[in-house]
Amino acid sequence: MTRLELQSATELGRKIAAREISSRETTQYFLDRVEALNSRIFALNLVDGQRALELSDNIDKRLQAGESLSPLAGVPMAIKDVLCTRGIATTCGSRILNGFVPPYDATAVEKLLSAGLVPIGKSNMDEFAMGGSTENSAYGVTRNPWNLACTPGGSSGGAAAAVAAGLAPISIGTDTGGSVRQPAALCGVCGMKPTYGRISRYGLVAFASSLDQIGPLAHRVEDIASTLQILAGYDQRDSTSLNEPVPEYCKQLDAPIKGLRVGVIREHLEHESLDPEVRAAVERAQLLLEDMGVTMVDVHLPHTKYSVPAYYLIAPCEASSNLARYEGTHYGFRSSAAPQADSPLESMMVNSRSEGFGNEVKRRIMLGTFALSAGYYDAYYKKALRVRRLIAQDYRSAFDKVDVVLGPTTPTPAFKLGEKLDDPVQMYLCDLFTVGANLAGLPGISLPAGQDETGLPLAVQLQAPALDEVQLLNVAYQLQTAGLFQQQVAELS
Amino acid sequence: MSVPYQVVIGLEVHVQLSTQSKLFCGCPTVFGAESNTQVCPVCLGLPGALPVMNQRAIELAIQTGLALNCEIASVTKWDRKNYFYPDLPKGYQISQFDQPICGEGHLDFPDPENEGESLRVRLIRAHLEEDAGKSMHDEAAGKADSRIDLNRTGTPLLEIVSYPDLRSAVAAKAYLTELRLLLTYLGVSDCNMQEGSLRVDANVNLHIEHNGKTIATPIVEIKNLNSFRAVERALEYESKRQFSQWQQTGAVMGDSPKQTRGWDDAAGVTLPQREKEESADYRYFPDPDLIPLQITDAQLQRAQSAVGETPLMVRRRLQRDHELKAYDADVIASQGRAMVSYFDEALTKGASAKRLSSWMQQDVMRTLNENNWTITEFPIAANKLASLLVAIDDGQLDNSRGKNVFQYFLDRPASDLEEAIKSLGIASVDQAELEQLCRELLAENPKIVAQVKEGNVKGLGALIGPAKKRNPNIDPNLVRTICQQLIDTEF
Repeated sequence: MTRLELQSATELGRKIAAREISSRETTQYFLDRVEALNSRIFALNLVDGQRALELSDNIDKRLQAGESLSPLAGVPMAIKDVLCTRGIATTCGSRILNGFVPPYDATAVEKLLSAGLVPIGKSNMDEFAMGGSTENSAYGVTRNPWNLACTPGGSSGGAAAAVAAGLAPISIGTDTGGSVRQPAALCGVCGMKPTYGRISRYGLVAFASSLDQIGPLAHRVEDIASTLQILAGYDQRDSTSLNEPVPEYCKQLDAPIKGLRVGVIREHLEHESLDPEVRAAVERAQLLLEDMGVTMVDVHLPHTKYSVPAYYLIAPCEASSNLARYEGTHYGFRSSAAPQADSPLESMMVNSRSEGFGNEVKRRIMLGTFALSAGYYDAYYKKALRVRRLIAQDYRSAFDKVDVVLGPTTPTPAFKLGEKLDDPVQMYLCDLFTVGANLAGLPGISLPAGQDETGLPLAVQLQAPALDEVQLLNVAYQLQTAGLFQQQVAELS
Repeated sequence: MSVPYQVVIGLEVHVQLSTQSKLFCGCPTVFGAESNTQVCPVCLGLPGALPVMNQRAIELAIQTGLALNCEIASVTKWDRKNYFYPDLPKGYQISQFDQPICGEGHLDFPDPENEGESLRVRLIRAHLEEDAGKSMHDEAAGKADSRIDLNRTGTPLLEIVSYPDLRSAVAAKAYLTELRLLLTYLGVSDCNMQEGSLRVDANVNLHIEHNGKTIATPIVEIKNLNSFRAVERALEYESKRQFSQWQQTGAVMGDSPKQTRGWDDAAGVTLPQREKEESADYRYFPDPDLIPLQITDAQLQRAQSAVGETPLMVRRRLQRDHELKAYDADVIASQGRAMVSYFDEALTKGASAKRLSSWMQQDVMRTLNENNWTITEFPIAANKLASLLVAIDDGQLDNSRGKNVFQYFLDRPASDLEEAIKSLGIASVDQAELEQLCRELLAENPKIVAQVKEGNVKGLGALIGPAKKRNPNIDPNLVRTICQQLIDTEF
């Protein structure tokens, strides 16, 4: 039988539409792979095969009836467990949401379902999307399909591992400080964070509201473009979603990029933490672009060194408030410890939160609570917001000179599980090259770029001005065509 | 001043705005629905749900701000007020911290102790926020159940905060009365205190003259004030309590943090509420789920034209244009916008303001009270009442026959003046006929004639009853005049 996991989502969608293969066969094929392989990497923390098959049958029926559906109709996908799915448990990788079943679908999920994609399960993640290794899930650690001793990255580690291992052709992740792009880089797949506000956050369980953005992961750039096409657009249920026209993302993928100006972020490329092999990957991409007639320009983001500190104030501040609702009263986990007689309510809440949240989440809640407190607000939160504006200004200055910027996605390839778990600052520094796009609200994409000498994936990152996803995808696609990477699935068996 | 201190009062008033739906979602705001039926993922604070601002609440807040002479912000924003409570499902309340929609303003209101004079309360701000839910504690013995109703969660509130400009409990009540009247004129709130549409917290302390210095007692915030009467009583009680407390302890402002006390209406006392262990730090910060709001000139103009006439303007107009006394103008204005409209319509149909004012305050309001009607339910239309009053002015009938017509109108809502006059046998009495009647009465009552001749004209009053018996249509004043003339000339 054809190895469907080696085909792009776009190709699978084409075959399903042409009825060369049914959605049910495709779905069953991937469900079988999940059955065989998921236990080794724990990419998915929930699998709903029966529902997936029902949905795929429905797509097949509609195609049979001659209905014209979206190009990805019938293609299986995995949804990060931070997006609300009606009637299906949504845990955010946290014990505190154990047992919570949302009564509604996130707007993104609604859109994917109405485009005919077939969700096969929920992908594992760092608790509440806080982390860069998917070790912070209450339900288990996700492993890198390329090396089971390594992390897949995070927080969308399950999403990236699912695509890399061929368990699903498409994954939907979320990116607050790099949580789509970093695991995509570490797992050797494409992963994109669109412009802030491009995709509705309604139904995305908030970590840091001003930074969170949904993004797709897949093997190929055209898969990313097609998925973005489905997800993008204004949603009146999200006041921060952008009421701007949605361009056609697939139309200009193969437009020539000769004459384009691409900037190389010197602060990123010359950073002391950058692994030489990652740097070499960026330089390879640079050469490919030059071969296509692109003018390479050095650009500077002088406030780069402040981006991680600013991010680790703003995100925890918002998180400390966003996560206040999980206190055992209304839904999810409630501690069964006996409450204190003199303050039963408070102790119930304290116990529920103490037992329900993991260490990293607690660390960030405490950090954010502290930074927002009277007397500290100006010194921390307010100052971080000023830094955020400076970083956005850095990008604007860079984009005065160039159309797109190029750099690494992460300082190193995948690191070992457990390696940084006890050193949060080292873990946070993995976000160095990705948080800028979140702070500035810009789109970015991570592309595979070969492998290091141990066989671990390497990656590069492209970033573009706000709402210029068309240009970003165009350059990414041309790099793909020029051979920056080949579609690969990690062989687990 | 009979007491050796000055009471200083500031009020925080929470007003529920009359929007169809909640502040950040589409759920209805109707009071009294079954618990937890008017809820959705947004107001339940479910993971992933996001708030979307209700434009109508903004309009109502701007109208209120304009009527309260407030500066309206050109840019306003939403902030999160973080605290844990089970009836606050998100763990924070969406409110406004440093850029409220309405800035400084003031409200003038009738001075309850000096008729015709007014007092002014300056306002610090008025800001929008979402309401919390309701906790219901079952405190019956052996039970520890608490229940939470989230129907109210997310209902739009406007919090109107005054400067400590009030100097007495009655003044505080008068300010609240005027504020409520204004808000009902505007139609921005039903101001129903029983249903929680209007809630008052009072901050109070004393300024005591002592050894040539002014001493301030610690500020106390009084909660659980369920009526304006309760506000007045609580403030009176609390003033006395603070004075005797000061006499006992000498504690002054700054010695202790602001205390919160609850009003026990049945016992007539304020009682300390459980103190929070640490002073509250709400960790306000801008809500990243909502964008700052620009208020345009067009919005301001629309709101201004929706404000219309305020109670103060009505009082002034009635005094200036219709020569009503301050008291009478106030009574009419205080009955609410609908009563004023009724009054105005009767005026345009020719009723004289003074007679109308007197009839409104007596017959109309008495009838409304007896039947528990509002003016909109009153069966006599303004033009019909006006036709009656015009007829009285014209001498077509006297005041007492007028009351018969009024009753006839009440009994037969479809009737008109012509029918009533006919049916009640009201006819103007011929002068010769009336003279003859008076002559007969005087002849039958020589004692009264003698009294009048001695200069006691009051005795004539005793003839009115018998005169009415013979002819119900006689005008009592005319009877008096004719009798006097007859006594002077014929007896």
